[in-house]
Amino acid sequence: MKYSAWSLIRGGLAGHQNWSAAWREATPKPSYDVVIVGGGGHGLATAYYLAKNHKITNVAVIERGWIGGGNTGRNTTVVRSNYLYPESARLYDFSLKLYEGLSKALNFNIMLSQRGLILLAHSRHDLDSQARWANAMRMNGIAAELITRNEIAALAPALDLSPDARLPILGGFIQRRAGSARHDAVAWGYARAASGLGVDIIQNCEVHGFLKDGKAVTGVETSQGTIRAGRVGIAAAGHSSVIAKLAGFKLPVTSYALQAMVSEPIKPLLDTLVLSPGTGAYLSQSDKGEIVIGAGLDLFPSYAQRGSFAGTQAILAATLALFPSFSRLQLLRQWAGIVDVVHDSSPIIGATPVPGLYINCGWGTGGFKAIPVGGWTMAHLLATGKNHELAEPFQLERFNTGRLIDEAAASGIAH
Amino acid sequence: MMLIKCPWCGNRDENEFDCGGTTHIARPTGAVSDDAWGDYLFFRENPQGVHLERWRHSFGCGQWFNLARDTVTHAVLVVYGMTEQPPVIPGAPGSI
Repeated sequence: MKYSAWSLIRGGLAGHQNWSAAWREATPKPSYDVVIVGGGGHGLATAYYLAKNHKITNVAVIERGWIGGGNTGRNTTVVRSNYLYPESARLYDFSLKLYEGLSKALNFNIMLSQRGLILLAHSRHDLDSQARWANAMRMNGIAAELITRNEIAALAPALDLSPDARLPILGGFIQRRAGSARHDAVAWGYARAASGLGVDIIQNCEVHGFLKDGKAVTGVETSQGTIRAGRVGIAAAGHSSVIAKLAGFKLPVTSYALQAMVSEPIKPLLDTLVLSPGTGAYLSQSDKGEIVIGAGLDLFPSYAQRGSFAGTQAILAATLALFPSFSRLQLLRQWAGIVDVVHDSSPIIGATPVPGLYINCGWGTGGFKAIPVGGWTMAHLLATGKNHELAEPFQLERFNTGRLIDEAAASGIAH
Repeated sequence: MMLIKCPWCGNRDENEFDCGGTTHIARPTGAVSDDAWGDYLFFRENPQGVHLERWRHSFGCGQWFNLARDTVTHAVLVVYGMTEQPPVIPGAPGSI
């Protein structure tokens, strides 16, 4: 069913009793052209672009839990493309452009709101480094503006802009095309569109091992039986190392817990995204009115999807220094996702040492914004066996050749 | 919240410590291929389960030591010295 204003009215008149399921519940067939391990945004987008761009529809997405239940449902929903190096700028801006047309392409409202992302400078050094950052973006053809303290005051008056603030705000820069999107809708929209094109989405299906013919992967052993596959793609974010181990190789990945939290809903107060790189705090207000607060990594390896209390405390202290008026807000929820951090904070989209097996991982703390491009480039790879040109610099072999693309400074979260 | 038993200072809050990542990684000697050097620098087991790792009591005595810790439950299983042999923990990468 195509969603439209008319379908909404008709649905409303029928008391919303007749909506069909957005995607088919599938059980595994014995074999597929492509099996994708991981039903988060990246895996679902891969399936959608395989069907849409490459006409390969004999595809299964297998997910251990429920789709979008991992990092896709645990991030702070920020989309942006403010990176430093040309390779990354191309990659992330392509993703942002796909986001800009995604609601129409998927016929599913992802509630993209390009409300702008302000980065705050708290010191002379922050001003210098942000001037460099904004200039690097402009050199790469991505609009960024350095803004003054007064402009920030007009955009986000709730910030503590007094000269004796704990974190004085001296200026900053803004990417106006940055924004937020509803993360569940991104997962559901891709799932619905992929399912509509014939892709099987199989939930509660955990991978236990790989079928191999010699060295090459020819399928997966799962909790719902054996599934043969021409090619297998992994999109498992923080659990990539666990899947890689089943296939017999190692990754340059360490898994960390990254936490976030939301307050009770309040009236509209903050209509931009605010990031304070100096403290690691990043905030926005959701359409429901909750203040969404993102924190830093717990800097020890973890697969526990909960953040440390020390991390919560540190980020709330920073939040209150920036926005003193939030001091009486109550938190509704706090959670963490397990992120796959690599040494240069750039992704890996390419072949693995195992023939027939491909991987999309390493997005670390910034995977949500990259869902469209991760899916687009991974679909190209799974369909053709060749790297998409955008993904060419982001190969696993760079950790052996030394050609790293160090985006730690632009990741926004201290690693 | 983890309570970590520093071998010198006793039980302390996790905030006093820094994690230095996987321990017992042997630095390759002599002429080394790019592959071996990259593996040494970057590639890790990153286990879901018991991990042998090094920690430093940064805001205490400043000493390094080793831990066997579960990355899912965060339970600290064994605390041992930097030069000691790894403990015997079945299934833990690097353990004997």
